[in-house]
Amino acid sequence: MASIEIEVNGTRRRAEVEGRVLLVHFLRDVLGLTGTHVGCDTSSCGACTVLLDGKSVKSCTMFAVQADGRKVTTIEGLGTDAALHPMQEAFWAEHGLQCGYCTTGMIVSAVDLLQRNPNPSDEEIRAGLEGNLCRCTGYQNIVAAVRAAAAAQAANDPRKSVADMLVVGNN
Amino acid sequence: MAFNTLVGSRIRRREDPRLITGRATYVDDVKVVGMLYAAFVRSPYGHAKVLRVTLDDAKNLPGVVAAYSGADAIAHGWAPSLPVAHKIADLKTPPHVPLASAEVRFVGEVVAVVVAVDPYVARDAADLVEVEYDELPVVVDVEKAMAPGAPLVHSELGTNVAFTMPFTAGDPDAAFAAAEVVVKERIVNQRLAPVPMEPRGMVAQWDPGAGQLTLHSSTQIPHLLRTQLSVMLGLPETKLRVIAPEVGGGFGAKLNVYAEEAIVSWVSMQLGRPVKYVETRSECFQAMTHGRDQVDYLELAATRDGTITGMRLRILGNLGAYHQLLTPVVPVLTLLMATGCYRIPNVQAEVVGVFTNTMSTDAYRGAGRPEATFFVERMLDLLAAELKLDPAEVRRRNFIAPESFPATTAMGLTYDSGDYAATMDKALELAGYADWRARQAELRKAGRYLGIGLSTYVEVCGMGPSAAMPAAGWDSATIRVEPTGSVTVLTGVSPHGQGEETTFAQLVGDELGVPIDQVNVVHGDTDRVQYGVGTFGSRGTAVGGAALKLAIETIQAKAIQIAAHQWEANPADVEYKQGKITVKGDPGKTMTTAEAGWLAFTGDKLPPGFEPGLDATRRFEPPNFVFPFGTHVCVVEVEAATGRVEVLKYVAVDDCGRILNPMIVEGQIHGGIAQGLAQVLYEEVVYDDDGQLLTGTLMDYAIPHADQVPHYELAGTVTPTNVNPLGVKGVGEAGTIGSTPAVANAVLDALAPFGVKHLDMPLKPEKLWRAMRAARNGAGR
Repeated sequence: MASIEIEVNGTRRRAEVEGRVLLVHFLRDVLGLTGTHVGCDTSSCGACTVLLDGKSVKSCTMFAVQADGRKVTTIEGLGTDAALHPMQEAFWAEHGLQCGYCTTGMIVSAVDLLQRNPNPSDEEIRAGLEGNLCRCTGYQNIVAAVRAAAAAQAANDPRKSVADMLVVGNN
Repeated sequence: MAFNTLVGSRIRRREDPRLITGRATYVDDVKVVGMLYAAFVRSPYGHAKVLRVTLDDAKNLPGVVAAYSGADAIAHGWAPSLPVAHKIADLKTPPHVPLASAEVRFVGEVVAVVVAVDPYVARDAADLVEVEYDELPVVVDVEKAMAPGAPLVHSELGTNVAFTMPFTAGDPDAAFAAAEVVVKERIVNQRLAPVPMEPRGMVAQWDPGAGQLTLHSSTQIPHLLRTQLSVMLGLPETKLRVIAPEVGGGFGAKLNVYAEEAIVSWVSMQLGRPVKYVETRSECFQAMTHGRDQVDYLELAATRDGTITGMRLRILGNLGAYHQLLTPVVPVLTLLMATGCYRIPNVQAEVVGVFTNTMSTDAYRGAGRPEATFFVERMLDLLAAELKLDPAEVRRRNFIAPESFPATTAMGLTYDSGDYAATMDKALELAGYADWRARQAELRKAGRYLGIGLSTYVEVCGMGPSAAMPAAGWDSATIRVEPTGSVTVLTGVSPHGQGEETTFAQLVGDELGVPIDQVNVVHGDTDRVQYGVGTFGSRGTAVGGAALKLAIETIQAKAIQIAAHQWEANPADVEYKQGKITVKGDPGKTMTTAEAGWLAFTGDKLPPGFEPGLDATRRFEPPNFVFPFGTHVCVVEVEAATGRVEVLKYVAVDDCGRILNPMIVEGQIHGGIAQGLAQVLYEEVVYDDDGQLLTGTLMDYAIPHADQVPHYELAGTVTPTNVNPLGVKGVGEAGTIGSTPAVANAVLDALAPFGVKHLDMPLKPEKLWRAMRAARNGAGR
């Protein structure tokens, strides 16, 4: 067992973990942050994507002990009901999700993509998300969502709440 | 109608807030006090005798609570067979026990289960189980399995053929004898893996005090699963609750009753403790049902002007080692749609279902219809090439005419409504078909190879009339107007991404005049929702939505009675108008559904004999299937030097009848196209001759990434149906059914200058490059 301390979504979390425990299992099973999903066992699908010190990583591909002393942001840390992250809002508004299973990892990857390239072309969005698989959407509305989030960020649009977004006619 | 602002509008999905914030509850997110974790030991062989299973080392590992082999289950008196639903005469149904004890017949078949306090320990323990096998001969290919002397998957049957179904309509022999032209082809529809992003998962929780089992399962069919498991576990259905929580995609592969669901339930009952199992993606590739895998032999008879006069076909369906729930039904569905959207009066056919040492095939997005559409659309192109006619023109000459609907086909189906030429004209226009043909001719001179592919499809869905289904085809809905006026909808369908929490709320919101945020659509829990059949076969709205429409009508009729009584009016003079109850000719007098609901609750001002409460449960039995249709056009360029395919344009014009939410319909079509296109260009489940699965991970099985699919341009026509009271057809599978032939026809059209007539999917660069190189060498170029 190893003693680790990770800052997760702004809160310091200390735990004793087995050396072999994957970061994704630590987040899900120890901290109860189940928004990060597991979709494969070969680092192919990206459903488990989180930000490590601000950069996207597949949390199934590193051990929890490797995150010791570092900062992790999961989907739960991106936005709140009162103030959705622009990427969350855009995925909703553009119907960039269906079953939702890949969505949390996809959103986190897309956030990282816009950090690196705030105004990507459609081709750059598609290439930038090639580490994340979606089986439902055919990707078209995901690309539209990332484009919309980029525009919202460029315009410095205020964050919207879930309640605002639910009002019919605010589409 | 200006009032109908919800139905037909792009209303944002009500299910999305929990999904985009990571707070949805999928099966793997379910945690129960005292929960144990299961891990399975699976056969590494395609076919073998199981000689001995030794569990001692596994059981001795600290943290392990129990372990069972197939022999242990038998010793406990538990060896039920997994169900198959069908109406096929003389179908051979060999036993399919959840835990194999004597013989394993595919890689991934379960031979033992271990249960531990931690999932890592459970996996360690599974690796400590020793199984001695004696390998047996293997057969994985459907035609090899039919050959004399082939290894037998189930030796007691004496054959690998599970069923043979002959079919004749009209006079095919005369049609072929009189044919001016005959085209023939052998067309392989390769095996696919459905790959929902959420693998299968389940949590079984036996409550010894209540004598009740609760099973959370990632399923499309909670009620059917409950019925089947109650038989397998010997529990009254009333003591079994199945919950499908958030389900991360299904595509037909979660329309089943799996060995793992039965075993985890049984183990929980043995131990009196909750047991969770979530499969790895590698296990998913081995043991979640596969799709397609047919070899189809086709012949078309035609006149020189391109009129098709007859069809002969032989459908060889690779069933896998055992029947799963709908395994044998899938190739039969292919037969039903073999003639597509064309008048083909004379048909001779045979369907053969064959066992092999592979995972079972079963429903996968389209389930039998993509195979039919693929071969008939390929054959139309081969006929066009033979006659040197434009593929669009050959289609036009054979379409079932719009005035002939309802149209009964040679296969015995009655297509409800359609206008096939209308979608084709629109698609050709949007795609700029004539311009692409001109450009193709020009570029060919420059040694560049454009291909233009068409697919004019019709499919059968809205499954379906009970008489034509393996089991019940109806579905159900309950509406409860609660005392304070919010409305609970309990739907018998079990959406897992299709958005019915939104579309059903749109429908109720409009028709009962309730704000959409006051409508709560509940699904996927057999203890909360009345019996329903589930979500598959593009039936959610066409059947479940139709049941909801009936329930709305009953609520309206009751509310009218309540209002009429208050107003001392004749109920015949009271009506629903723009979501409100009103007296005909007196628009000033109105009552809301909520007000009627309050009166129904308080109970003291109701008409004599009126039962208190404002609720209704209705079931819709479809009188027929529905038949969406459309035209997809795909333009590709194949790079001569490498065989690489680039999709330059993709246009889809689909007609799924009336549309409740265009945003959701478009999303279904996008995803459908991607899966159909992926079959042409990327995906293939491969077993080697020893029965080893060579495509067992997402590293080897190529579902498309964002940069491997094109932008889709969508349009539509609207031809309503009178099969259901909503006028809707299904749209879940249409994109997949329509896209595969369009993409394949485009790639093969690009290769026409090389004399290539047909190649089997997937059309990967190497295959195309070899075909082009062989043509060059053969022609001495």
